[in-house]
Amino acid sequence: MTRDGRLLRGGVLAAVLLGVLAPILLGLWETGRAAFGVVPAIGATEASLEPWRILGDLPGLGTSLRLTLVTGFGATILSLLVAIGAAAAFHARPRRASRVLTPFLAAPHAALAIGLAFLISPSGWIARLVSPWATGWDLPPDIATVHDPWGAALILGLMIKEVPFLLLVILAALGQIPVRRQLAAARALGYGRGLVWIKVILPQVYPLIRLPIFAVLAFSLSVVDMAILLGPSTPPTLAVAITRWTFDPDTRMLMPAAAAAGLLAALTAAGIGLWILSERALSRLGRWWLRRGARGLSAEPGLFIATASLYGLLVLGALSLVALALWSVTWRWSFPHARPESWSLATWSRHGAASAETGWTTLAIAVLATGAALALAIAWLEGEDRARRTRARWAELLVYVPLIVPQIAFLYGLNVAALRVGAPGELLAVAWAHMLFVFPYVMIALSDPWRRLDRRLVSTAAALGAGPTRRLLAVKLPMLLRPLMTAAAIGFAVSVAQYLPTLFIGAGRVATLTTEAVTLSSGADRRIAGLYGLLQALLPYLVYAMALAVPLWLYRDRRDLRGGGPA
Amino acid sequence: MRTPIAALAALCLASPALADWQETLDAARGQTVYWNAWGGDPRTNAFIEWAGDRTEDLHGVAIEHVKLSDTGEAVNRVIAEKAAGRDEGGSVDLIWINGPNFLAMKEQGLLHGPFVEELPNARHVDLQPGSAASVDFTVPVDGYESPWRLAKFIFAYDTARADAPPATMAEFVGWAKANPGRMTHPTPQNFMGATFLKQALVELAPDPSVLQQPATDDTFAETTAPLWDWYDALRPNLWQGGRTFPENESVQQRMLNDGQVDIAMYFDPAAPAAAIAQGLLPDSVRVFVPEAGSIGNISFVAIPYNAANREGAMVVANFLLDPATQAEMQNIEVLGSFSVLDPSTLSPEEAALFDALPSSPALPRLEDLGPTLLEPHPTWMTRLTAEWARRYTE
Repeated sequence: MTRDGRLLRGGVLAAVLLGVLAPILLGLWETGRAAFGVVPAIGATEASLEPWRILGDLPGLGTSLRLTLVTGFGATILSLLVAIGAAAAFHARPRRASRVLTPFLAAPHAALAIGLAFLISPSGWIARLVSPWATGWDLPPDIATVHDPWGAALILGLMIKEVPFLLLVILAALGQIPVRRQLAAARALGYGRGLVWIKVILPQVYPLIRLPIFAVLAFSLSVVDMAILLGPSTPPTLAVAITRWTFDPDTRMLMPAAAAAGLLAALTAAGIGLWILSERALSRLGRWWLRRGARGLSAEPGLFIATASLYGLLVLGALSLVALALWSVTWRWSFPHARPESWSLATWSRHGAASAETGWTTLAIAVLATGAALALAIAWLEGEDRARRTRARWAELLVYVPLIVPQIAFLYGLNVAALRVGAPGELLAVAWAHMLFVFPYVMIALSDPWRRLDRRLVSTAAALGAGPTRRLLAVKLPMLLRPLMTAAAIGFAVSVAQYLPTLFIGAGRVATLTTEAVTLSSGADRRIAGLYGLLQALLPYLVYAMALAVPLWLYRDRRDLRGGGPA
Repeated sequence: MRTPIAALAALCLASPALADWQETLDAARGQTVYWNAWGGDPRTNAFIEWAGDRTEDLHGVAIEHVKLSDTGEAVNRVIAEKAAGRDEGGSVDLIWINGPNFLAMKEQGLLHGPFVEELPNARHVDLQPGSAASVDFTVPVDGYESPWRLAKFIFAYDTARADAPPATMAEFVGWAKANPGRMTHPTPQNFMGATFLKQALVELAPDPSVLQQPATDDTFAETTAPLWDWYDALRPNLWQGGRTFPENESVQQRMLNDGQVDIAMYFDPAAPAAAIAQGLLPDSVRVFVPEAGSIGNISFVAIPYNAANREGAMVVANFLLDPATQAEMQNIEVLGSFSVLDPSTLSPEEAALFDALPSSPALPRLEDLGPTLLEPHPTWMTRLTAEWARRYTE
């Protein structure tokens, strides 16, 4: 390893440890202290188990726990099943799949959830489309379709986001396996298409997608914005309950809230542990099943159901966003009219200016967070190059830490810590908190294209006398422009979607389209909520479009760099 | 006779106070006040924006509206700042506050004050002991918060779908039985949901006067027993069988608009009329209140002890008490919240501002609203919410 390379690697490691890992640990420490009764601000300095006792006595704790587990595991397992099944249908057309799926990856959770809540509610768009002619409903029926006590609406909402994510991850992993050859070989041996998928391909893909699955599980267990918008409310999931207790006028509730945040962290750890245990059991069972050697078509209906579910989810997601757009130009739209009775641009003219201002704040935070994450990721990958090393397992895990530790478990503590060190300014503090979550996604998006870069070009540049910096700036980065732009667009979308970090670290003074949309969705006016939700969804789309357009324009005369031709 | 003497007294007291006020105005110029206020009501949001433009023009004080989904967020922020030792330059300058939140902050010494008597426009407010603006949910204000809008609990119903709304809280049981699933209330975790329970408690309590004292285990058990009997009879016929509830009154208004329920509730008699004007409710919605009257209170603004822009916050608090501001707020097309000022202190020109305001068929007249019932001591609300959660959270 060169000295230069060592310095760079050391610098990057220090930056990641101090900028990403340290705040998380500090936040966990502060939350942990509060969980054992130490909150100096409210005069509590004695450590005790009192917060846990209060937590145990809180009504609905058991139901909240159950809901968290059911929705968290339910959404993850169902999403995984659908994604695996649908991958069988899409693996031959990864480009087409990514064109269809990317919009759903970019759509913020809150915007989708606000639209979906309207779509599926008893007085919602679907009910309006079929009433009263098909249902006989002149008034909306008294049934629970949103905020249902089982958490089904929440699971559905999570799946609309998670299936496209997992599917894209699986398709990326399939790129590393000679799928076509193995499929042909297995089909020749008489295995049905579905069975090949499960018996041959899946065992090879699964190890490559484990960490993303854990991230999905951790996210589903601790999601707040979607759970507020779609989940049950009396009692809510644990993450929502924690947010509620944190903001309870009775400030002593802070301590049980912190204890519950600790509980959620432990639950997530246990959940991942349980998952790993089931993996072992399933792989034993799988081997036994493989050795029996049965062929056949028994898995075909499963693939069909998965593909149909995928399309169903995508249609629901798309309609949700359309509903937001419709509401933003509506004057009155009452049940059971299938479309608005009167249209108006009043919402845009009245709230356009204020929403634009919020939009600029959102944009500024996302640009800062994405810029910092991208710089850090490039430095990290370049450090690996110069050391001629592949990534160690612990380093891979390090990247995933912010995605696997539940946000709420460290954000409260992080808020206190940020105040104590005198955060440099609220907007910057929020951007930094966003960066914690943007960085992992940028790393994930950039790592593969970076490794696949044709090394011969870099060697040629070196042979021509270009130093490492020049090789980076003049060869690697220009060649990687398209994946860099894609990673930036993904990071940008992640930042725009952040709810809790903005709420906690922004101290309410930094309002983004996301926090505004969630707040407005608990208001009376669907038209304004629609406007904010629509803007929130449009912002990442614009950036995605730009990310695609920039390489197309810059490299308009260099086909292989545009990413359109053979990669 | 009263007015000239009051005016004379004000004049005598005014000179030194006015000099202090000039200092406050000078210090406030150029400040931006971070006003933490619930952001769920677009009309209030628009009003706060308007107020910011006005104070900017008049006094060079800008307002940044920090839109909360729950006032607790702001209280929590001040606590977090105190935890971090940030005793100056705090991020919250002004809070729209009420009842339990005020009690919590006052008890923990998190408020700046007393400051209300320093405000020149406080002379328009009746601050004598026992007056509506001198207590907040029976907790003495002691000058630690300044009134800005009047709230009174009312119901709204859709005359096109429901006839003869319940005339008393007790009658809700029979009404819900006849119209199962057509009535609900916001979750009691929410202020409005808790107020619905309090409204019933005030009417059903064997001896309502104990509600003015802090609740004890004994008085609470005895006084709320009829309430729980009533609620047990009501709950099975609520929307979704009383297993889930709208998050707040705005969501319930949306449900009334959708036809999901027939009744909504507000803490603002003009809210339904304004919602109709905005296309958010059908024209057929009207207001009703229980025969015996309904709970009313005044909303306040308070300044945290560590506010960075304390002077600016005082200027805003004073601006809110200006008769012209209060008339603007009472305008049904703006906020429609009734004035907190004592009409006897207004000059004829100031009174004329109120007389010139527009009207609407869904806007109740003051005499239709019945008597205003006193808010119980905050301990009752805290206990009610906790006890409701204990009994009905599954």
